[in-house]
Amino acid sequence: MRVRSLEFGQRAQEAVLDQQLQRNLQRIGVRFKVGRDMAFAALEDPEGLRNLGRAIKERSLANLPHLLETLEAKVKEAGGTVHWACNAKEACRIVCDLAKQRAVRTVVKGKSMVTEEIGLNQALEAEGIEVWETDLGEFIIQLAGEPPSHIIGPAVHKSKEQIAELFAEKLGSPKAQAPEELTKIAREKLREKFVKADMGITGANAAVAETGSIVLLENEGNIRLSVTAPRIHVALMGIEKVIPTLEDLAVILALLPRSATGQKLSSYTSIITGPRREAELDGPEEFHLILLDNGRSRILADPDRRQSLYCLRCGSCLNVCPVYRKVGGHSYGWVYSGPIGAVLTPQLVPARLARQLPFASTLCGACAEVCPVKIELPKLLLTMRQRLTEDPNFDGGIPLLVRLAARFHGWLLTHPRLYRLAMDGARAASRVLVRDGRWLWLPPPLSQWARNRHIPTPARPFSSTWPKLKKELVQGGEGA
Amino acid sequence: MKVALFVPCIVQDFQPQVAQATARILARAGVSVHYPKGQTCCGQLQYKSGNWKSARAVARHFMEVFQDCEAVVAPSGSCVNMVRKYYPELFRDEALWMDRALELGKRVFELTEFLVGVAKVEDLGARWRARAVYHDSCQVYRALGIHKEPRALLSRVKDLELVEMEQADVCCGFGGSFSLQFPAVSEAMVADKVAHILATGAELLISAEISCLMNIGGYLLKQGHRVQAVHIAEVLAHGGE
Ligand code: SF4
Repeated sequence: MRVRSLEFGQRAQEAVLDQQLQRNLQRIGVRFKVGRDMAFAALEDPEGLRNLGRAIKERSLANLPHLLETLEAKVKEAGGTVHWACNAKEACRIVCDLAKQRAVRTVVKGKSMVTEEIGLNQALEAEGIEVWETDLGEFIIQLAGEPPSHIIGPAVHKSKEQIAELFAEKLGSPKAQAPEELTKIAREKLREKFVKADMGITGANAAVAETGSIVLLENEGNIRLSVTAPRIHVALMGIEKVIPTLEDLAVILALLPRSATGQKLSSYTSIITGPRREAELDGPEEFHLILLDNGRSRILADPDRRQSLYCLRCGSCLNVCPVYRKVGGHSYGWVYSGPIGAVLTPQLVPARLARQLPFASTLCGACAEVCPVKIELPKLLLTMRQRLTEDPNFDGGIPLLVRLAARFHGWLLTHPRLYRLAMDGARAASRVLVRDGRWLWLPPPLSQWARNRHIPTPARPFSSTWPKLKKELVQGGEGA
Repeated sequence: MKVALFVPCIVQDFQPQVAQATARILARAGVSVHYPKGQTCCGQLQYKSGNWKSARAVARHFMEVFQDCEAVVAPSGSCVNMVRKYYPELFRDEALWMDRALELGKRVFELTEFLVGVAKVEDLGARWRARAVYHDSCQVYRALGIHKEPRALLSRVKDLELVEMEQADVCCGFGGSFSLQFPAVSEAMVADKVAHILATGAELLISAEISCLMNIGGYLLKQGHRVQAVHIAEVLAHGGE
């Protein structure tokens, strides 16, 4: 997927002016956030559960090479095949090769962010292979030719009216309005594809090393079909998704749906271990697991950024982020949006292509408050800002002038007298520019700030009024 | 008890009346107030814009200025959070400065936190006749966990009718350089905040964070709304005796 994160400012500005989008985004709060809060409030010890979840991720990542090897051995034992992919290109090639060798013409896919990350659909289509997204949200954005705008609700930026119109245009269906109607139309369309498909591709919400299983959570049941109907199942996952045991999985299963949708459990939870065995009736003949690195081991090696890999992709940090809720997922310009996207994107793509993202936050902390595995998102955003600005090895691309100005300001602040002089000078100069308490002219970017906001004008500094105030306080018998 | 006044940079030059009110309240709370010379700023802008080297220099300066103070009080949650939480972070690799930061962090207080938690006063004899709404700044509420203290103090202000707004704890969209870098997004966020404020019918918007006030107050003023934005110190120092 092309990285368009440098356009954040421009796209965000367009997004806030888009009335329809604003209405659509508003629903996210109602749909997800309220449910999440209720689901956690109903738990006996929500904090304890979150701590447990975090501990599992900490432990798993500290032990990652070993866990991955165990996973590989167990998958093989169960009759599956494991492939390792260093980057997006390799991963796509593995899937395309598999498809070509087995004369696959049609692929059905379950929702997977990682395949968006590597641009798998485009790669398959370039080989002349038909790809059908089976998750309703993904199906919608596939028809619309758009990338997902939310980690768990890829089409959350569209209203049902917009979807009805899209279906009418692309599928020639009557302009149905009810969501049930729309689901039915999609289902009928997809049913033919399930029958035709030779390969089913899914992601994985987790993988259990001890048993060699992958775990898929969903509400529609389509992923389940993608897994069982075609003869070949290919699952793709980032290497950070592996956890040690089924017991650990129980914790993740308690946290993930609650955070994502406010459900105690998703409607379907599939735990898949290898392909169909001899006496079994269902399941694919072949099972392939692709373990994708794509920059993850680099993040893993860095203790300051490692926790960005704890992410379960629940999307709740997006739902509560006041910035995401104004600008929508597409503004972020790549697969992952919202706070976690702002942290991950500059680490997974060349940092300079996403340099605005860590700055596109007010650091209000709402994200960290809901993260099921307690990722310290504001802290990570701050670390990313520092790397982009100061670390010569981090390919940041913050303009030199900005950096020099910051350094000069910092220097002034350690020289109180000069700082005072500079501020007094600025105040004197501002007199020319202020009439009746209003600025006549302001330099950009202040001028933009001031378009709809009054900017205060410099007053007589506190320090110069202090001696008199001090006397007054002493005389008034009020201490000092 | 002797308390050092820490006057954040924006207050010093743009909102000096907030510092004056803070000094008055502290005196009224029975502590002796002084104003250490040479103070400039906490270095928050440097830190949050990624310039940690500069931030460290500013932080060292701050610590030298305030090192001998029994307690330091500031009318700003974000500055207090900077010293308390982020200074130790900045000096992770410099044990000596890290210790100093941790030690000073324990003696730096946000105004309402100090009044209720340390000085143990809630009634400062203030009076202001208005219908008012309190905005929970992210830095005061979420970062420092200060939520009850300002409400306790405001509930003692005579004639003040305190109402709550919807989504009181949602960010107003300031975020320092964020609002300069992404003015349109920031503006959309503050517009939401203002809509919630207006819905309460309040005449007064109160906050313990000056930067939120500059943002929300600036918007209210420019849009011609009659709601006045004031710092909690100004309310607590008002009309009392
Ligand atoms: S960072 Fe946390 S809240 Fe955000 S998607 Fe990942 S797990 Fe969920």
